[in-house]
Amino acid sequence: MSATAAQEGIPKPRLLRFWETTLGKKAVMAATGAILALFVLAHLIGNLQIFLGPDQFNGYARALRHLPELVWPVRVLLLISVLLHIWSSIELAVVKSEARPAGYRRWKPAGSAYASRTMYWSGPIVAAFVAYHLMQFTFGVGGTPYNRLDPYGNVISGFRVPAVSLFYIFAMALLCLHLRHGLWSLFQTLGFYHPRHTPRIHRAAWLIALFIFFGFISIPVAVMLGVIPPVL
Amino acid sequence: MKLIFHIWRQRDGRSPGRMVRYEQDGLNPDMSMLEALDVLNEELILKGEDPVVFEHDCREGICGSCGFMINGVAHGPLSKTTVCQLTLRHFDNGAELYLEPWRAKAFPILRDLMVDRSALDRIIASGGYISTPAGSAPDGNAIPVSKEAAERAMDAAACIGCGACVAACPNASASLFTGAKIAHLGLLPQGQPERARRALRMVARMNEEGFGQCTNIGECEAVCPKGIRVEVISRMNRDFLKASWTARRAGAD
Amino acid sequence: MPIAGNIEAAGRWRAGSLSLDARAPGGPIERAWDKARFEMKLVSPANKRKHEIIVVGSGLAGASAAATLAELGYNVKCFCFQDSPRRAHSIAAQGGINAAKNYHNDGDSVYRLFYDTVKGGDFRSREANVYRLAQISVQIIDQCVAQGVPFAREYGGTLANRSFGGAQVSRTFYARGQTGQQLLLGAYQALERQVDAGRVKMFPRTEMLDLVVVDGRARGIVTRDLVSGAIESHAADAVVLATGGYGNVYYLSTNAKGSNCTAIWRAYKRGAAFANPCFTQIHPTCIPVSGHYQSKLTLMSESLRNDGRIWVPLNKGDKRAPNEIPEAERDYYLERRYPSFGNLVPRDVASRNAKAVCDEGRGVGEHGLGVYLDFADAIARLGRAVIEERYGNLFEMYQRITGENPYQTPMRIYPAIHYTMGGLWVDYQLMSTIPGLFVIGEANFSDHGANRLGASALMQGLSDGYFILPYTLGNYLAGEKFEKADPLSPEFREAQDAVAERTRRLLEARGRRTVDSFHRELGKLVWDYCGMSRNAGGLEHAIGKIRELGEEYWREVKVPGAAKEINQSLEKAGRVADFFELAELMCIDALHRDESCGAHFREEHQTPDGEALRDDARFSYVAAWQYNGGDPPLLNKEPLRFEYVHPSQRSYK
Repeated sequence: MSATAAQEGIPKPRLLRFWETTLGKKAVMAATGAILALFVLAHLIGNLQIFLGPDQFNGYARALRHLPELVWPVRVLLLISVLLHIWSSIELAVVKSEARPAGYRRWKPAGSAYASRTMYWSGPIVAAFVAYHLMQFTFGVGGTPYNRLDPYGNVISGFRVPAVSLFYIFAMALLCLHLRHGLWSLFQTLGFYHPRHTPRIHRAAWLIALFIFFGFISIPVAVMLGVIPPVL
Repeated sequence: MKLIFHIWRQRDGRSPGRMVRYEQDGLNPDMSMLEALDVLNEELILKGEDPVVFEHDCREGICGSCGFMINGVAHGPLSKTTVCQLTLRHFDNGAELYLEPWRAKAFPILRDLMVDRSALDRIIASGGYISTPAGSAPDGNAIPVSKEAAERAMDAAACIGCGACVAACPNASASLFTGAKIAHLGLLPQGQPERARRALRMVARMNEEGFGQCTNIGECEAVCPKGIRVEVISRMNRDFLKASWTARRAGAD
Repeated sequence: MPIAGNIEAAGRWRAGSLSLDARAPGGPIERAWDKARFEMKLVSPANKRKHEIIVVGSGLAGASAAATLAELGYNVKCFCFQDSPRRAHSIAAQGGINAAKNYHNDGDSVYRLFYDTVKGGDFRSREANVYRLAQISVQIIDQCVAQGVPFAREYGGTLANRSFGGAQVSRTFYARGQTGQQLLLGAYQALERQVDAGRVKMFPRTEMLDLVVVDGRARGIVTRDLVSGAIESHAADAVVLATGGYGNVYYLSTNAKGSNCTAIWRAYKRGAAFANPCFTQIHPTCIPVSGHYQSKLTLMSESLRNDGRIWVPLNKGDKRAPNEIPEAERDYYLERRYPSFGNLVPRDVASRNAKAVCDEGRGVGEHGLGVYLDFADAIARLGRAVIEERYGNLFEMYQRITGENPYQTPMRIYPAIHYTMGGLWVDYQLMSTIPGLFVIGEANFSDHGANRLGASALMQGLSDGYFILPYTLGNYLAGEKFEKADPLSPEFREAQDAVAERTRRLLEARGRRTVDSFHRELGKLVWDYCGMSRNAGGLEHAIGKIRELGEEYWREVKVPGAAKEINQSLEKAGRVADFFELAELMCIDALHRDESCGAHFREEHQTPDGEALRDDARFSYVAAWQYNGGDPPLLNKEPLRFEYVHPSQRSYK
């Protein structure tokens, strides 16, 4: 309890005290991360329908548009999750930088994975990607041809621009790294560890991250290779 | 054998520090790292220079006094070994070794390779105990403890408080240290009455001391000379989350 | 009551006239502690708050005492030279802690533990103290279990025990090979709880450099802050020394590098009697010295002797690798000489025999100072897995240090100084000859006689700290009147000036040799002449040499740096200066004790087959030495009476 609050005899609200600890922020990050990861998975399953042709894909998009009572709460939830995820990460980044004001002349990893050490890189880049991704496919201001009623066409025309596809693939690689650590790490943060199950969670995190990576990049790759044809 | 040391020299907490190069010849591969520094210090003293200050006491890997970074790894390259038991045979002849103190805001440098780790004592003081006034204990066998629980508690209790986990963590987190104590006491039936309070208070203290957060990367586990596993951090997280949710009074104190 | 006796060799000492009243209660020994507790005066809870107590040292004895006193309500100041109380050298104890629980139903009892300890100490300890120790051993285990010490357990959840150090019952409780660590952490955590509650003020990195005696009572200490270098005075109503043993006088020992005699030596020079300084224990299973740069010796748990077989080559100078020496050309000398105890003979016997075979030229290893401890038979009989489970961590440690794999080639071991039974003289109340100065743990002499049994040191430290001192200290405080001690009084100022002056002299000697080089030389002298075996000529020689070297020390020592900063050389220099003086007293004590007993082996006194030969008629007493300025020290004697365990020749045949 902070000295001033104690002196004044006003206990801080429990939620605030929880948030003030690093463990509290980490828990928020883990919980919101889990929500976002679930969304990513659902999103991927939706997207993969593009391989079933324009009617299926556009139909799926239309169905979603006609379900505002589902879409909007999910959007709000996602928005809150993204904000909390970012907010806690920023606060923790400050804690981290203050915890070691002077670094080492030499430092060598002794046991950590590359993905785990790069969360502070992969996270913001993925966030920037998401912003562009929304501009491109939701708001239609991404600089590629856009027709609100033809998501299929938007995807094709969007990914025909090599720079867009390459950025997309790069972002998905980072997302894969981010999830490969985040997906198992959230269990650890929320207090689940078991010598038998944790290694399984590790492997599952890898598999899911790779599935998400290959699943998503299959679309731009297919577009560029012409496997998904434009509707003529 | 010959070694080239680059050692962090810093007069006190206020002065700036720098790496200084020392060449040491005629070392014996059976020497420990600290014995090599002893030899260096004898030479420095006779030359009228200040010897390198480093912390050490038992020199058998249990007191937790010693420890510094060797080429960027806490306690050096040999796993589960403190620098006092790290013999020179693990290095190549002519190797260059960079020795730096543990670095963390919570571990202010006192001199050269010596830092102030009293923050760890304060974390223990905040709740890392079972309150048992002398004389109040029931018979030792009155509380059965399963062999497995005793062994797991011992795994966590083996922590020597050297601070390598903090030093190795990119976030200078003391989670492995704190988690080890929370796990040790929380795994035993005797530790249950104070379990929630312990987690809330120790975590709060750990934060107040200026240690960073845990990002589950596992550097601490890799350098821990006693092989303490990150599982203890997960136990700390669980106890803390549960206590935050269920404790009747905020902070339980 | 000095006993007229032996000749004062060449004026090395003089007879003293201290009256050493042990204050042990009479009557049946089983009831003595109860009786003593009932007769003790109590301090009311309201008055406890008004008393300030100083505890120096934070090992098992110091931490448990400081925590318990604070719990009772006293104001405690606790000092340690380490950066944290958790690092006191108790932490390094491996094997275990004895208690007469008889959980194994194998015939143990308080009386048997008492009997074993008196006999193991070769009849040079005080019966009443030892009985109390055995009684309290039972409570210690309960206390530690309740604190969360993770003792080894059986599958049913009950506490596990092992037999240890030659005991014929299983009474040793253990937490892997880290029993000392776990017990200390228990005490340390209790101490930190009191620190958090504001009842103990902890002074880490602070070294006691003098004791302050006001009107004949201990009233404070002078310390040096090891970070700022500041010399400070601390006043109190009583001072408790829990500063451990002085094994580092030998330079190479199993003690931590910082372990030192300064606190008890300063107390000695302020008037506390020093008892049996020559009783120093050699541990038989340490890793041998590998070179002149060696800074300390590493002990491996004695439990290794349960399964390992000790041998040397039958022939002198046999340089073959151990595995190439056929069975017929090996000498399993302990099994040969002591058929019933074999490799499990007591520490002093095992150590002396190792020295004897090495002196014959049959020692192994590069320097010929080592014997084999062989697990080949045990591995063949029990399988590698069992050996790994029992000793895995020790084997790992051995391999880490020596680079040899003990699963394949026998370990090499050699004895090393490990524990000092001698220490400041205390009565049954653990008070020294200076009223108000209490001494607990290894720093006192009280319970182990001339030889300590394995797994008894931890027991004594905790018994003193948790269960004895809290009573006896109260008894003292309740019986005295106290004005507040004034740290500005002449007594404090004098002590502070003396400390500053010594520091100045050390810094200004500006000689040509380092502190360590002197310490090494001193250690070798004491080891050679006052180590595993001693004789009059050697001791006389050593006394002369130690004096010479001591004088050279003050002229020739080179201490770099300044007084007001972190200065590890200066810390060492002060400690080594005290070791010089103590070394001389040890030799004088060893010279005066013209008998062999326990760890004190005078070559002149041995049975035809080389066992220690006691002389109960002349030496059944505690030798309590008194400082006498620059003159030879004064010898005072506390006679020992054995009403329960009758002195007999120890036999392990």
